[in-house]
Amino acid sequence: MRKSTSKRNVFLIILLAILCMVVSIPKEMPINLGYKSFHVAGKLVRPDLDFTLLGKNFKRDLNLSLGLDLAGGSYLVFEADTSSVPPEKRVESVEGVRNIIERRVNLFGVSEPVVRTSSYNNKLRVIVELPGIKDTPSAIKVIGQTAQLVFAELDSGEERNSLVPTDLSGADLKEASVQFDGQTSKPVVAISFTDEGAKKFETLTAKNVGKPLAIILDNAVVSAPVVKEAISGGSAVITGNFTTEEAKNLSIQLNAGALPVPVNLVEQKTIQASLGADSVSRSIQAGLVGLSMVLLFMILIYGKLGLIADFALIIFGVITLTLYKLIPVTLTLPGIAGFLLSVGMAVDSNILIFERFKEEIRQRPLSDALEVSFGRAWDSIRDANIASLCTAFILANPLDWKFLQVSGPVRGFAITLALGIVISLFTGIFVSRNLLRVLLREKIIVNVEKK
Amino acid sequence: MRWMHYKYVYFTVSGIFLIISLFSLIKWKFKPGVDFTGGSVIEYSFSKEIDNSLIKNRLENAGVGSVSIENTGSNLITVNTAPLTSETKAKVDEEIKALDAGFEELSYEVVGPAIGPELVQKTIYALLISASVILFWVAYQFKNIKYGLSATLATFHDSLILLGSFSLLGHFFGVEVDFLFVTAMLTILSFSVHDTIVVFDRIREVSRKTSSDLSDIADAALSQTMTRSLNNSFTIIFMLFALVLLGGETVKWFAVALLIGTVLGTYSSPFVAVPLLVTLNSMKGIKLKLPRR
Repeated sequence: MRKSTSKRNVFLIILLAILCMVVSIPKEMPINLGYKSFHVAGKLVRPDLDFTLLGKNFKRDLNLSLGLDLAGGSYLVFEADTSSVPPEKRVESVEGVRNIIERRVNLFGVSEPVVRTSSYNNKLRVIVELPGIKDTPSAIKVIGQTAQLVFAELDSGEERNSLVPTDLSGADLKEASVQFDGQTSKPVVAISFTDEGAKKFETLTAKNVGKPLAIILDNAVVSAPVVKEAISGGSAVITGNFTTEEAKNLSIQLNAGALPVPVNLVEQKTIQASLGADSVSRSIQAGLVGLSMVLLFMILIYGKLGLIADFALIIFGVITLTLYKLIPVTLTLPGIAGFLLSVGMAVDSNILIFERFKEEIRQRPLSDALEVSFGRAWDSIRDANIASLCTAFILANPLDWKFLQVSGPVRGFAITLALGIVISLFTGIFVSRNLLRVLLREKIIVNVEKK
Repeated sequence: MRWMHYKYVYFTVSGIFLIISLFSLIKWKFKPGVDFTGGSVIEYSFSKEIDNSLIKNRLENAGVGSVSIENTGSNLITVNTAPLTSETKAKVDEEIKALDAGFEELSYEVVGPAIGPELVQKTIYALLISASVILFWVAYQFKNIKYGLSATLATFHDSLILLGSFSLLGHFFGVEVDFLFVTAMLTILSFSVHDTIVVFDRIREVSRKTSSDLSDIADAALSQTMTRSLNNSFTIIFMLFALVLLGGETVKWFAVALLIGTVLGTYSSPFVAVPLLVTLNSMKGIKLKLPRR
């Protein structure tokens, strides 16, 4: 009875391992096999995941997403200047800053950006991670500018002229886009107003015929065209002395909206990918060497049992990689370290069981000894791993507690560690147990039959 | 084997290490990395060999104070300075360009000094929370606060000696303490407890079978778990050794910290946590037995 269940489980395990292996392999793999006159050459292309289940669409490109330290990019920390905001509204305004920065970053076209708030001693901050972005100065310009757009009238006083801001502002915009002036072929930013904004604009232009109407961005006049007639229809063009880049950035800022409070850059890191690539390849190499040493060690110490443990360990590896791709986990260097450490914990489960098995086999028949040692070792494995999970939980800080770190690398480490522990419980208990049940018992039967 | 017979030997060994660690921590503290002090780190790759003193002169021309220059490879230079303003950075770029037009800036890092206390504070919180969660988890699981107390004290023993060794490494070899070290500290905290719980678990199991003295029970449990502890640590140590020897510069000291921590964690379970438990237990025995007599 039990044996057939075990056989079914082993079948399931093999199926799972194959599935995970398919997901784990790189997207494109060149194949060039040759045996005597038989030749196969071509490219194995793994399909991406794209299906709909219970009305929810799942789409993953099944590539490992690499963090800032591995892919290179920009890491920016902005501090919000909330001095003009009443204390009770400060957190809210920084949340607004975060949302607008996120919109700007998305419009800027960054894959896997991370934008989050952080606070310390009443200093409110926004952390921005932009993997793959090397041109940090222009990223800072786009992200860090308040981009408060205001239209102002010229008030001709008796002694001097002054600009008076009107109630028409960036908040009245529907859309901004880059266009090219028909005559000068210089880039301009075309804007269209919301219905309310269009009305305001019409009244404003009607009132100021023959006078200049200033367009002010963050307290600086961008342009001040003279109004020839009242403009209805709700669209206008900003003709500053823009480069195409500047026009594009301004349209991004106007589309994303102005920051509710100004921000200052307090920390900036640019990480080159070449640096990451070197570290990654060397760490992967080191990991493989370490892993093969562990595999060899297990066989040397525990013989056939060790071989089965190695099997379970390889399955552990492919399941982990698969989950990294499916969740997806953004992999960082500390993350890789966390993975390597969880390998150690996965091996520990097996060592605990085997040491137990060596003791029990002296007292009872093999199959009983196997079950008893799994049962007894489980207590230790459970208690020890729950303690490790507690630490991983505090480091991962999934509830975003403000008094703990919310920074990427440590979090990545904790997430890979926690995932590793959970998967190691599965492979250490379920996978090795079923493999052992089937493989070891088969052997006894063979031995008995021979007698 | 009568492990507990020698418990004062273990206490003495641990005591010596703790005293050295505390001494180093108080006298030399740490060599804090940019994560803690704030500052700028620039990495250059030059097209030709350039003397470090020339680079230093150039940087001083640009108005940069407190410069430290390190060769990290063939024609690879890492420059550590106080935090640079963008104007000073522009001047630095000009000066370096005058030195070698074919230079390449591999990375540029500016950390505001305000980052320091925030990190330290949050890490101390994380440490305290982890320690107390583990204390209560172990106490709950073994239905006795003494187990939790011994496990946590053993963990503090490991953390303190790890801190001490990096203080010594910093003083003698200029090793900096950075963000990754903090991560390593927290990992070791969990590893140490992981190892200790396995041993405690065996003590609990043995004590169900016999009714002898806790000291004898501990001896039996240690003998039964010693192979497992060593084998397990060996696998982790293999992994980390590979990382130390072959891994990139970025993860090297992180792996060293984990390596020291693993050795400490393996040592502290049988030779700190268990002797502490036995000692704590006998102390309670004295207090309880006195009124009975």
